[in-house]
Amino acid sequence: MANPDGVKRHVIRVLDTNEEFTCGEDEFLLNAMIHARSGPIYHGCCGGGCGICRMKVERGAMFAAKRMSREHVSPTDAENGIVLLCCVQPRGDILLARA
Amino acid sequence: MALNKTLRPGLIQIRVLDLDKTLDFYKNILGLNEVGRTSDGRVMLKGYDEFDHHSVVLRLADAPGFDYAAFKVDSRERLEEIKAAAQAFGYAVDEVPPNSNQPGFGKRYGFTLCTGHRLEVYADVDLAAQRPMTLNPDLWGDEPPRGMKAQRLDHFLLFGPGIEEAERFCTEVLGMFVPEIANTPDGHRLATWITSSNKPHDLAFVEYPHPGKIHHIGFYLQDWTEVGGAADIIGKYRLKLDIGPTRHAITRGMTIYFWEPSGNRIETYAGGYTAYPDNPQRVWEADKIGRGLFYYSGELIDSFLQIVT
Repeated sequence: MANPDGVKRHVIRVLDTNEEFTCGEDEFLLNAMIHARSGPIYHGCCGGGCGICRMKVERGAMFAAKRMSREHVSPTDAENGIVLLCCVQPRGDILLARA
Repeated sequence: MALNKTLRPGLIQIRVLDLDKTLDFYKNILGLNEVGRTSDGRVMLKGYDEFDHHSVVLRLADAPGFDYAAFKVDSRERLEEIKAAAQAFGYAVDEVPPNSNQPGFGKRYGFTLCTGHRLEVYADVDLAAQRPMTLNPDLWGDEPPRGMKAQRLDHFLLFGPGIEEAERFCTEVLGMFVPEIANTPDGHRLATWITSSNKPHDLAFVEYPHPGKIHHIGFYLQDWTEVGGAADIIGKYRLKLDIGPTRHAITRGMTIYFWEPSGNRIETYAGGYTAYPDNPQRVWEADKIGRGLFYYSGELIDSFLQIVT
């Protein structure tokens, strides 16, 4: 799937709620989630700082385009797929779960 | 405008995740001037209308948030009085030598409040190279204000446990007064707005279980028109808006809240009532606080209550 401008889009699904929305490779997951009104997260600092959008990537490829606060994502968290949605962009379809 | 022995919040050091991008925001969007860098790579900034060496320091770190803030006091004697009073209050006091980790600043005394926040006091600071004119002064010097045209650091709101004690420290040790408070139904402090000047607040606290948190840093704009101009800039540069432009009943300020690129919340603020220490205190009941914060809608929003760094 691609935008008219050629940016690839991927399907993001949220476990528990089974909500789905799409997100371009140039978009951050939190922005796409807010725009889709999908939830479970509806707001955040969007700067990797506050930790409100902390979730787990169960499956799928992503790119961390911004630094995330270590207070909310420890090195162990990062190894286990914990991310702040405002800092990551999809590189394939993604399955998210509550952290 | 200072009415008391503590003059103003003159310095705040905050942690950022992305120094270049966040510095670009503070300089080119908020409109602060870069003063220089410390030997360890922190960036010193100031508002165009501030006289002192610098007022805002950005430190690259692995989590954003509040390092410390410092208040200028009116004399060296007062500095020693406050040191003794802080120790008598029961807080340990440490000394930071002059011209050390904050270039241009004299000796500072520091203490950590029960809320987990380090505050400092100092009596001496060098004047900045770029500062307001004083002889037949124009409104600004060689360069017109940029971006949102922030004139100066105004205040900050801190979140942490035990704000009744923090409030008492500010009044008993720093000589401040409390123009406005919010209480829970059982009479405990929910929030407190504290000042040492005619400004409605130089700092504020909200009761919160986790120590050392900051809700926002407030910068002063000239008036409603400039608050609207700041909103235009938020739209143009796709900054993440929290709320506004709107009006507080608390402090009466005209305001917008949004986040800088490292996730620290910024307030661009204008107006506010004139505070006097002999005026009766304004009191907000917890169930009316929505109208106090956002006077037009009267409704609280989750993001404003939940998000801190």
